[in-house]
Amino acid sequence: MTEEQPIIAVTPGTLVGEVKRHCEQGWRLVQIGAAKLGELFEINYSFDRDLVFQNLRVQIPETAARLPSISGVYWCAFLYENEIHDLYGITFDGLVLDFKGTLYKTAIPAPFAVKPETPGVSASVVQPRV
Amino acid sequence: MSLFSMTGLVMKWLLRKPYTSRYPFEPRQPLAGSRGTLGVTMAACAFCALCAKRCPTQAIEVDRAAKRWTIDRLRCIACNCCVEICPKKCLEMKTAHGIPTVTKDRETFS
Amino acid sequence: MATRTVIPFGPQHPVLPEPIHLDLVVEDEKVVEAIPSIGFIHRGLEKLVEKKDFPEFVYVAERICGICSFIHSQSYCQGIEEIMKLPVPPRAHYLRTIWGEISRVHSHLLWLGLMADAMGFESLFMHAWRVRERVLKIIEATTGGRVIFGVCKVGGVRRDIDAAAMRNVLAELAETERETKEIVKVFLNDGTVKHRLCGVGALAREDAYALGCVGPTLRASGWTNDTRKLGYAAFRELSFEPVTRTEGDCYARVAVRCDEIFQSIDLIRQAAAKIPGGELAVKVTGNPDGEVFVRTEQPRGEVLYYLKGNGTKNLQRFRVRTPTFANIPALVKSLQGCSLADVPVLVLTIDPCISCTER
Repeated sequence: MTEEQPIIAVTPGTLVGEVKRHCEQGWRLVQIGAAKLGELFEINYSFDRDLVFQNLRVQIPETAARLPSISGVYWCAFLYENEIHDLYGITFDGLVLDFKGTLYKTAIPAPFAVKPETPGVSASVVQPRV
Repeated sequence: MSLFSMTGLVMKWLLRKPYTSRYPFEPRQPLAGSRGTLGVTMAACAFCALCAKRCPTQAIEVDRAAKRWTIDRLRCIACNCCVEICPKKCLEMKTAHGIPTVTKDRETFS
Repeated sequence: MATRTVIPFGPQHPVLPEPIHLDLVVEDEKVVEAIPSIGFIHRGLEKLVEKKDFPEFVYVAERICGICSFIHSQSYCQGIEEIMKLPVPPRAHYLRTIWGEISRVHSHLLWLGLMADAMGFESLFMHAWRVRERVLKIIEATTGGRVIFGVCKVGGVRRDIDAAAMRNVLAELAETERETKEIVKVFLNDGTVKHRLCGVGALAREDAYALGCVGPTLRASGWTNDTRKLGYAAFRELSFEPVTRTEGDCYARVAVRCDEIFQSIDLIRQAAAKIPGGELAVKVTGNPDGEVFVRTEQPRGEVLYYLKGNGTKNLQRFRVRTPTFANIPALVKSLQGCSLADVPVLVLTIDPCISCTER
C-alpha cells in the first residue's frame, strides 16, 4: 500500500460535527463519493492533510436516502452533492447551491441506483428526455 | 517587460521551410511501432474465435460454420489484444492508419 | 444599483476545448457572480464497469479523457494491483513513470498553446503545438498511439522501451527542451502577455485550500501539495521538489506549468538512468475482492480512484474524482470581480478537462 487509508464510520447525526472538526484542523476535502451496496447507500467523505489520507463513511438505507449537506462547512461540496443527488437520488438538506436535479441530463432519474444489468443482456432502449 | 520577445522566433521561421507537411500530397510516413489497422491472413486462420472473445469493443465476429471472419473497422480501437492472443499468429497490426470511410459496414474475409 | 445582465458563456465558445456552461451575472463589464453548469459530456462511464470485466475496463478508463489518458489507465491498474496484491515488476513501474511524465509534458505544451489562443496570440499557439508534435512523435514511437497510449495493463505494461529507443527518447526530449525554452521566454517575459495575465483572477492562499483546489492551481497559490510525493510507481526513487509560486494569479499558474515541463523532462532523465532490467508484467489470476483509494498526480492535479471489487470479474463500484471537478468551485470564486474580457483567460488557467470532470 502506498499510504494508510483509515476509514472512520459516522452516522448522519454526527456527520456535520465530524466534518467541522476536520475543517478546523486544516483538512482539505478531497471527494464525496457514493456507492450502492445491496439495499444500502454508502457515502465516503475523503480528506487529506499534508499527504495523509482519511475517510469518513456513512451508510444509509435506500428507503431513507437523506443526509445533511456539508456545503455550509466546505463550500466546494455543493458540486459533489448535486452529482450524487442526480445519479443516486439521495437528498441533501441545506445545499448552498442546489441545481434541483438538472446537473446531469440522464435518460432515467437516479440511474446509478438501478440494479446492475446482467452482462451480455442488452438494455431495453429508453427514449432520452429532451 | 519586453515587447519584442517573439521577434527571434518569427524571423527564424520566416526563413525556414514551413513545419506543416502538404498532406495528402505528401502522405505521412508512420513510425515503426505505430498501431494502425488490423490485417489478417485467412489461410492460417483456424476460426477458434479467441480474437472475437478478447476484443474489448466486439469489433470482430467469427462464424466457425460458414468459415467467415468479419471486422467492423470503425469499432476497432487498434489495441493489439487480438494480435497477442491469436494462437496461429495470422493477425498483424499494420502501421498505416485506416482510410476514411462514409459507411458503417463490416469487412468480411473468408 | 447598476443593472445586472446574465450572459451565458459556453458550452460552445472558441476558447473552450470542451463544453462547460457558465452563467455570468454581469454589472457593466464586471462579473459579479458565476453559476457553473456541467453535464454536456456525461457518458456514465462509472456504470459501464458493471458490463465490462476488470481487465477489459483499462481500455474504457484510458478513454475517459484524451489528454490525461495514460495516468487514468495507470491509476486504474494500480488500484486493481493493490486490491489483488500483485507484485508488479520494478521495470514496469519505471516505464509507467516515464510515460506518465511524457504525458505531462504533452499536456502542459498543449495547454500552453490553448492559453496563447485564449489571449488571442495565435502564432504562439501554433508554435507551442509545433513543439508538442515532437513529443507526440516520441509517444507514437514508444507506444504505437499518439494520444491514447494503450500500453498499461493490469499487472504491468504491454510494451518495452529498449536501450536504443530510450536514447532516442532522451535525444528528442533534449531538442524539445531547447524549443520549449524559446516559447516559455515569450510566455513569461512578453509585455502584452503579462498585461493579460498579471493580477488577473488572484486566488488567495487560504481560499485555494478551503475550496479544495488541486494541482498547479493550488501550487500557484503557495501550497506545496504534489501527490507524486506519495511515492507511487517509481517516484519514491526519484528526487524532485514541487513547483510553487505565491501570487496565485493567472501569471503564476502559467509559470508553474512552464516550470513543471522542465521538471518532468528532468524526472524522465533520472528515471532513464535508474531503470532496472527485468519482466514487464506479472500474470493475473483470480478476481479483485476489496476496496482501495488510489491517488495519483495528473497534469491537472490530484486524481482519486475508488475501486471496490466483490470477487466477481466485474467491479462493484468505480469512482473517479478528477482534478478539474475539484477546481471548478475555485474557478467560480475567482471569476467574481473580474472583467468580462478576462473570463476566457481565467477559465483556461484552471486547465479545464471537462470530459474528465463528467466521465
